[in-house]
Amino acid sequence: MMGWLRWLIPLSAVPILVLLAYGFRLNPREVPSPLVGRPAAPFTLRDFSGEPFSLGAQRGKVVVVNFWASWCYPACYEEAPVLERGWRAWRDRGVVVVGVDIQDTAEKAQKFIADFGLTFPNAPDVAGKVSIEYGVYGVPETFFIDRRGRIRAKHVGAVTEDVFRTWVEQLLAEPA
Amino acid sequence: MTPEVGQGALVVALALAVYGAAGAAVGARRGRTALVESAQHAALGVFGLITFAFALLVYAFLAFDFSVRYVAQNTNLGTPFYYRITAVWGALEGSIVLWGWMLALFTLIVILRHRERARELYPWVLTVMLGVMAFFLSVMTIAAPPFERLTPVPADGRGLNPLLEDTGMITHPIALYLGFTGFTVPFAFAVAALVTGRVGDAWIALTRRWTITAWYFLSLGLLIGGWWSYHVLGWGGYWAWDPVENAAFMPWLTATAFLHSVMIQERRRMLKLWNLALVILTFSLTLFGTFLTRSGVIASVHAFTQGAIGAFFLAFLGLVVLVALGLLAWRWETLRSEGELDSVVSRESAFLLNNVFLVAAAFTVFFGTVFPLLSEALRGVKVSVGAPFFNQVNVPLFLSLIFLMGVGPLIAWRRASLENLRRNFLGPIALGGAGAAFFALLGVRSALAVLTLALTLFVGATIALDFFRATRARLRTGERLLPAMGGLLARHNRRYGGFVVHLGILVIAVGVTGSQAWSVHTETTLQRGEAAELAGYRVRFDGLAAAEESNHFKVVGTFTITNGRLGPAVMQPSKKFYPQETSPIAGVDYWIGLKEDLYLVLGDFTRDGGQATVKVQVNRLVTWIWIGGVVLTLGALLAILPERRKTT
Repeated sequence: MMGWLRWLIPLSAVPILVLLAYGFRLNPREVPSPLVGRPAAPFTLRDFSGEPFSLGAQRGKVVVVNFWASWCYPACYEEAPVLERGWRAWRDRGVVVVGVDIQDTAEKAQKFIADFGLTFPNAPDVAGKVSIEYGVYGVPETFFIDRRGRIRAKHVGAVTEDVFRTWVEQLLAEPA
Repeated sequence: MTPEVGQGALVVALALAVYGAAGAAVGARRGRTALVESAQHAALGVFGLITFAFALLVYAFLAFDFSVRYVAQNTNLGTPFYYRITAVWGALEGSIVLWGWMLALFTLIVILRHRERARELYPWVLTVMLGVMAFFLSVMTIAAPPFERLTPVPADGRGLNPLLEDTGMITHPIALYLGFTGFTVPFAFAVAALVTGRVGDAWIALTRRWTITAWYFLSLGLLIGGWWSYHVLGWGGYWAWDPVENAAFMPWLTATAFLHSVMIQERRRMLKLWNLALVILTFSLTLFGTFLTRSGVIASVHAFTQGAIGAFFLAFLGLVVLVALGLLAWRWETLRSEGELDSVVSRESAFLLNNVFLVAAAFTVFFGTVFPLLSEALRGVKVSVGAPFFNQVNVPLFLSLIFLMGVGPLIAWRRASLENLRRNFLGPIALGGAGAAFFALLGVRSALAVLTLALTLFVGATIALDFFRATRARLRTGERLLPAMGGLLARHNRRYGGFVVHLGILVIAVGVTGSQAWSVHTETTLQRGEAAELAGYRVRFDGLAAAEESNHFKVVGTFTITNGRLGPAVMQPSKKFYPQETSPIAGVDYWIGLKEDLYLVLGDFTRDGGQATVKVQVNRLVTWIWIGGVVLTLGALLAILPERRKTT
């Protein structure tokens, strides 16, 4: 092999490196769910302050259902402030955030809610029925439900400001 | 305060590593030994500081310091003492610290061993070692800081991934990382050889034992990983071609190729370029494996550990590959072979073929592993590549390699004469053929199994033949049998170490073949008192019991086993419920035997304990995989021993 041709050896590694770099653009958290596009299963839970919360009664609003637990570090700790800020910013425009606490003790869950100063409704899923109906296999998982009561997106892992804003704005822009 | 001190130590270590790497390089170029010595001191400082930081991290785990995010994520108040220590490297941040510590230790050993013996190469070796060290320290200080604080401080931690609560957790990562980091040394010497232009055999002679040592640990790590997967995961398998497994297997394949092709360079002055390329490839693959398992780029169970670390590893991988291969291209002219291939029927070409097959295997594993990425990039289609692809491509390659294992060591160098072939291979081929006929008559239906067993006999016979002849030659000089055999192993430990490794691989091949071809299993739901039968075993369900462990809740099934030969005995598979896991973890119960293992996994059950589903597996010959593994590692140890002066 003569002259410039030998430089093809290092250059041959470049496409592979580019391919690996491309991998960062994919989102392994975007998990396809068979539930996306389907009507969200209605549920009624009693939240930690004793108030009932019913998903069925939220028709016409955009609902963000977030499954969490106090032992879920760091993802649940990262997203808790995001969810609280989102709730405060969008509640007046018809957005509801609800937290469903699963596989937890009431005491630790309440400490979590107090630590982060969460003001949106949070309810324990005592029988585990809601998480089963939503096919939750880990925490946190978040479902975005449109005004007509259909699940439109499922997000696995901590919700970021970006994810929250993008979905909520998109669903608000749609007619009820 | 402690976490800040630990993080501070890592930052200072990073500065020292950068300084040392640069100092050694400048010292080498300008011929200033004082600078190189100063770089040496910097390396010692790095070792001291990272040891200190590592100790602080262990302390944070022992003291349940949940203000440290990493501690809170990987331990909780219920974690037993032993697992509090192993949890230190149970996840990303701590495993990078362990990695860095080992690298610093190896750098220290390189300084002690090679400072005097390799004057020309040494400063550049130091530059590369400290450069790699600086990379890992930058990961520890920027992308994955182990001492990062968590607020608010939780009352209790999440706890270690329950699957990692196993004795394998202390041995498997340590062995694997010693293997991975060990390859940094041959890589550093190869780069030093390229930079200085001293691409002769010196660097290979200096790094031979390093390479075998790293290979030994990597093999051990893979084997323990297989054992862990077999007795913890509860599916009765030991290898699944998961990206994470592939990540460790690829450098093993290329390192194995290197260990073989080095012999041709030593003997025939051929393949200089190829050997350098293999070392660069092996080291790059260890980085690639880490990138793969830590970046979340390829979907696997590890897809949740994401963040800046992936970009860090990719950038460093790119730097290593481009610079090292660039140096290779730059030195192209001086890397031309002095020897030439004389004949296709020769030991050289057997070794070349062995290299081709090993690298082809590494390539197919690589291709299968990154294919999902390729498919999504080019066609936008999500696919996954499963075991069938890997098996289909690799089984013929591995069988060819086993065949070459018989041919390579006994065929003549340069050009094999008909006489040489007849003398060495007629007997073994006859034995292999007879074996094939025997197994077929015995009723073995799988052609693959017959072929593997026949090849195993063939290779085993070549090894026995060689050992027999060498022993006989020594007996003729008046030695007695046992001293003669011992003397052979001691004086030609490299050659016979290699043979023992080959024997180990043959034994593993028998285990793999047996478990693939003859294992049986059944899954059945039993009422209390009811029994299932499989392959001569009667498994009766006697009831369920529950127990509260320090960090989990456990449901234990009791089963009474009888078979023709053994009296009744009790087995107790369980299901463990960890508060932090959404699905329960299987607690497998197993009996291990040479011929077969009985393996029970508890499935669903009713709350009243009246009914349970159980998976009963009879796994054939699996134990031979572990036995072969022990033989293989013993052979590697034999080959690592310093060579004695030869009397013959």
